[in-house]
Amino acid sequence: MSAIAVSAARRSQDLAAAWAFVRRHVLTVYAMLGFAYLMLPIGFVIAFSFNHPQGRFNYVWNGFTFDNWKHWDGVPGLRSALVLSIEIGLLASLLATALGTLIALALVRYRFRARGATNILIFLPLSTPEIVLGASLLTLFGNRQISNVIQLGFWTILIAHVMFCISFAVVTIKARLIGFDRHLEEAAMDLGANEWATFTKVTLPLIAPAILASMLLCFAVSVDDFVVTYFNAGPRVTFPVFVWNSARVGAPPQVNVIGSVIFIVAVTGMVANVLVQIRRQRSAATV
Amino acid sequence: MGFLHRHRGLTPYLLLAPGLLYLGVFFAVPLGFLLYQSLESGNFDVGYSFTWAWGNYWHAIRGYSSQFARSFEYAGLATVLALLFSYPLAYWIAFRGGKWRNLFLLFIVAPFFVTYLIRTLAWETILADQGPVVRFLRDIGILGSGGRLLATSVAVVAGLTYNFLPFMALPLYVSLEQIDQRLIEAAQDLYASKWKAFLRVTVPLSLPGVVAGTLLTFIPAAGDFINAELLGSTNQHMIGNVIQSKFLELIDYPAAASMSFVLMATILLGVALYARAVGTEKLTG
Repeated sequence: MSAIAVSAARRSQDLAAAWAFVRRHVLTVYAMLGFAYLMLPIGFVIAFSFNHPQGRFNYVWNGFTFDNWKHWDGVPGLRSALVLSIEIGLLASLLATALGTLIALALVRYRFRARGATNILIFLPLSTPEIVLGASLLTLFGNRQISNVIQLGFWTILIAHVMFCISFAVVTIKARLIGFDRHLEEAAMDLGANEWATFTKVTLPLIAPAILASMLLCFAVSVDDFVVTYFNAGPRVTFPVFVWNSARVGAPPQVNVIGSVIFIVAVTGMVANVLVQIRRQRSAATV
Repeated sequence: MGFLHRHRGLTPYLLLAPGLLYLGVFFAVPLGFLLYQSLESGNFDVGYSFTWAWGNYWHAIRGYSSQFARSFEYAGLATVLALLFSYPLAYWIAFRGGKWRNLFLLFIVAPFFVTYLIRTLAWETILADQGPVVRFLRDIGILGSGGRLLATSVAVVAGLTYNFLPFMALPLYVSLEQIDQRLIEAAQDLYASKWKAFLRVTVPLSLPGVVAGTLLTFIPAAGDFINAELLGSTNQHMIGNVIQSKFLELIDYPAAASMSFVLMATILLGVALYARAVGTEKLTG
């Protein structure tokens, strides 16, 4: 009898300990579940890139195959859509970052009258719904006089992407410039460098990480954009527009392949960046 | 450079000119065109002409009030859900993440690494009638045997919540991460319970992140049409769906333009009222 009592007591003790453990770690458990939820659709995207779909719709798991990866451009139009997205992304990130860097320099370095108005003009495109941005550009490009000069297509997509990327560029670069030690520039000037030499030899190298970050962000935003592009693409098809068009008749598994590749490339880059940061912190701590 | 030296006051304007000119021509001017078009009348066959047709606005609001209401309802729900979901998550990363914090942050931004349309299509697969979620809900009896999730508002709100979550979680994390831990310890030294210290110190200090996150989530969600199109049916259509089809399928520019303006004006008004309620410093940081 005593053995039963002891084991019961032990069990209740175990239960209490388990309960205490759960209470202490409830937030951690929640965080793990949260991460799982965030990753769930991504897991589906990757898994269904290996699906062997029956019929047009890639909704039901029907067997594992590498075929979609081997024949990733076996769907007509996919490759050219991807190429167009990358071209637009590269050009738009370059142009928007150049324009954004200049604005950020002016905003952080100088006191001038139009500061408030400038900040608002930068903030507004970010707080306007994409559909309004896309629609308003279409009314511009669709205007009879203007459509004689420039027709919906490559250039209108590029113009639109540069427009909504500028604000992202300004915000990214401003953040870096605010923490910038101006004494370094003054030192260069004291040592006889002129303004241009100071800019290219001191300022630019110091804000280079911010410029790179801005270009990556703009590239990501541009490649992912659907709404504004859809309004202003005319006959041209970017990768998101391709996905949209094919979704209506059943998106081929190759779309999942490209989605998975984009995801894996982006995550690898970010993880590498984080690991470098951690190592840097560690070596800074040991010095 | 000699010129710049003599006219130092001009430098900021020269730096600003190219970018602001660009935004002026391709952001502000198009809005003007949109406004102009919203006051035109006519039809696609004979063409549209400017007639100060304020009636377009009346028709937009009267004829599509349910889609407007649905947009703000869905976007509001998605914003609240995203806030409730991401606050504990951002809190955990900021206070318990340790040196791996940046790695955990990756999970939060991970959805952004999958093309928007592709991750919405993935939800279509997950919530499909033959999919795992519906099967589970039918087994435990929450859904009837013919019950479904696709083509319901549940699916659309779920899609909106997931798609704009990083916009909520990132600013929350940034504001939580900046909190000086000593303030919380001080509150506890002064006999505040853990819960009370959280409510009276942590929450107020994280408000800038809450404000930024709610705006960054609500604004794109209210104008969205992709989730309603892919996860819903015409009964879940939001104002974005109407604008999109009027512009691109029905070529009814004046109606679409006036709806765009009503949407934008409502959002700006909401943002202004919200900013007033919580204080503008929190809005612009």
